[in-house]
Amino acid sequence: MNTIKRLIRPEQIREFSLLLLIILAVLFFGTQVENFLSSRTVERVLSSVAIITVVAVGQTLVVLTRNIDLSVGSMVGFCAYFVGTQFTQNQAIEPLVGVGMAVGLGALLGAINGGLVAYARVPAIIVTLGTLAIYRGVLVEFSGAKTVTTANLPEWLVSLQRVNLFSVGEIDIRLMVFIALVVVVVFQIGIQFLQFGRRLYAIGSNPDAARVAGIPARRTVLIAYVLCGALSGLAGFMFLVRYGDITTVAAQGMELDVVAAVVVGGVNIFGGSGTMIGALLGAIMISTLDYSLTRLESISEFWKGALLGSFILLAVAADAVILARLRQLWARTELKLTTPTADELTPDTPKEARHVSGD
Amino acid sequence: MSQAINATRAPFRRWLRWETLLLVIFIVTVMVNIAQSPVYLNPNNFINLFQLSIEKIILAVVMTFIIINGEIDLSIASIMGMSACIMGRLYESGVPLEIGIIVAVAAGALAGAFSGFWIAYVGLPSLAVTLAGLVGYRGVARIMLEDRSIGDFPVWFETLGQQPIVGSLTFGLILFIMLFIVGLIVLHRTPFGRYVYAIGNNKQAAVFAGVRVRRVKMTLFIVSGIVAAVAGLLIAARFGAVRGNTADGFELDVVTMVLLGGVSIFGGSGTLVGVGLSILIILNLRNGMSLVNTTGNIQTSVIGMLLILSVLLPNWARIGQELLRRQRLRTALAPHTTQG
Repeated sequence: MNTIKRLIRPEQIREFSLLLLIILAVLFFGTQVENFLSSRTVERVLSSVAIITVVAVGQTLVVLTRNIDLSVGSMVGFCAYFVGTQFTQNQAIEPLVGVGMAVGLGALLGAINGGLVAYARVPAIIVTLGTLAIYRGVLVEFSGAKTVTTANLPEWLVSLQRVNLFSVGEIDIRLMVFIALVVVVVFQIGIQFLQFGRRLYAIGSNPDAARVAGIPARRTVLIAYVLCGALSGLAGFMFLVRYGDITTVAAQGMELDVVAAVVVGGVNIFGGSGTMIGALLGAIMISTLDYSLTRLESISEFWKGALLGSFILLAVAADAVILARLRQLWARTELKLTTPTADELTPDTPKEARHVSGD
Repeated sequence: MSQAINATRAPFRRWLRWETLLLVIFIVTVMVNIAQSPVYLNPNNFINLFQLSIEKIILAVVMTFIIINGEIDLSIASIMGMSACIMGRLYESGVPLEIGIIVAVAAGALAGAFSGFWIAYVGLPSLAVTLAGLVGYRGVARIMLEDRSIGDFPVWFETLGQQPIVGSLTFGLILFIMLFIVGLIVLHRTPFGRYVYAIGNNKQAAVFAGVRVRRVKMTLFIVSGIVAAVAGLLIAARFGAVRGNTADGFELDVVTMVLLGGVSIFGGSGTLVGVGLSILIILNLRNGMSLVNTTGNIQTSVIGMLLILSVLLPNWARIGQELLRRQRLRTALAPHTTQG
């Protein structure tokens, strides 16, 4: 038993069960929908996964620090629209400059969020609920109700979404999907091995302890928000490539999909635990559900919201009830606690409450 | 915030409260509006002012309780949409409207109880649970009506939403005034109100003091669900039609109204009077901006900015106070430290 515990962490069990759930969902939809298990389905789902994943990776960075960014949808729309207009006005802009503009603009918007959260000490939910409205409002005003259309975009940009890197069997791996995978891998390595990554976990697990331990909590939270903004900017560019026609309501409501992906992917909404792989799996789960429901004949696509809502609730409840127990089981044997204290025997005490009573 | 200031003893500081600041802002807004537009002082404009956002201000009263209690309810707008759609669907299939209304309100209560169960009894964070509710209940609304719209309600129902019934007051306005007065009494003059504050201040301490924390939280979320359902019906009556996206995004405005009213997002402090003032400010601001032809998006942006400022300003005030206190302490201790 102990050797198993040493090899597998509770979080991995969580991710493994999600993977199992995705496979089950795919098999189920495969029996219900004609021609479901085809390369076309995979491509459709992956092209939606790519965008959500990039934003979800940024969101995970923020959520790990016990904060949240609800403005991601507005940031993605803002960057997509802004870069789209730049290309419309000047076809000669270099591709990398375009990406740089999107990422830079996103980072700037993220820095506003992060500055307010980390340095002005305004709760994250308030700041980002506010900027969700502000960024969108500024975009609508700045646009003058015009739209970006595919016809006015440079040729290479429109064809970028069909660029194939390599094929696995019949399935083509598009450039966009590859970028998303690179983002996941890079940030997974980053949060696992870099000092910055470990600080994110430390702050999310216990902000006060992190500060006492000398971690520059404010700067770290600010950087997390800047990175989240930058990744939203990148996703904005990908959004522009995928859709071409960008209106001022582009990516509106995306924050819900992203937060859902992150929560379903096992990133604790109270910070301190979660991985990029989990966020990726969450994004795959949600995109699969989304696509499959539109294809399913027997129930309407309008079931998406209700299903997604129950999924979020299920994920949060599972985290709170099952994962917490598992973690205690793991911790107890590892530390060889022969006589657990009264504090540890009450499994329902939430993290904060424990902190308060220890004060 | 108000507590921190009340703790200092200088008598004039009793006036240095968030509510006073709100009152000043309110008066300034009204004066600017009068100067900007001649139609502003028209009594019809005032009734309109409330009537146009009647559902939001009704919800703000209940949201005040929930946020003071240290929780948040992001699902209210979706519950509004869901109950309105349930009523619309039932009415469409030939059920009498009265029964549809009862079922819709019951659905709201059930939705509130469902959220309350997970938050109060399982102990999940209300942010996550009601976010799931925001997505899920909206989903139910869409299942009910898909992309259709249902209208042609009986005349009495639409009259209830649109026409004045007592003097120049509409049904919604009377409902709001009653709810506000009841809320004022319950929050500030009854044991239940004290429990709400106690739990918001320190849940652990409230448990040890014998407060039935779970029951209080459960009650609040059920009431929130019921009021949201009623507000959903009200908006259906006012527009004369329901759709899947009825009341989409209302939660932002409601939370803004409450927080601008000086209610702490961490719970435990704030007053319903402050929320009443902030409602007046926001309504007048929006009205003033509409009168000078500012678009809805800029208005939403301004409200978003207000939301951030409503927390930022007290924060700065508190930090300033803290610095001042430290400096005073340092000068008081200075002679001793040099001697030692």
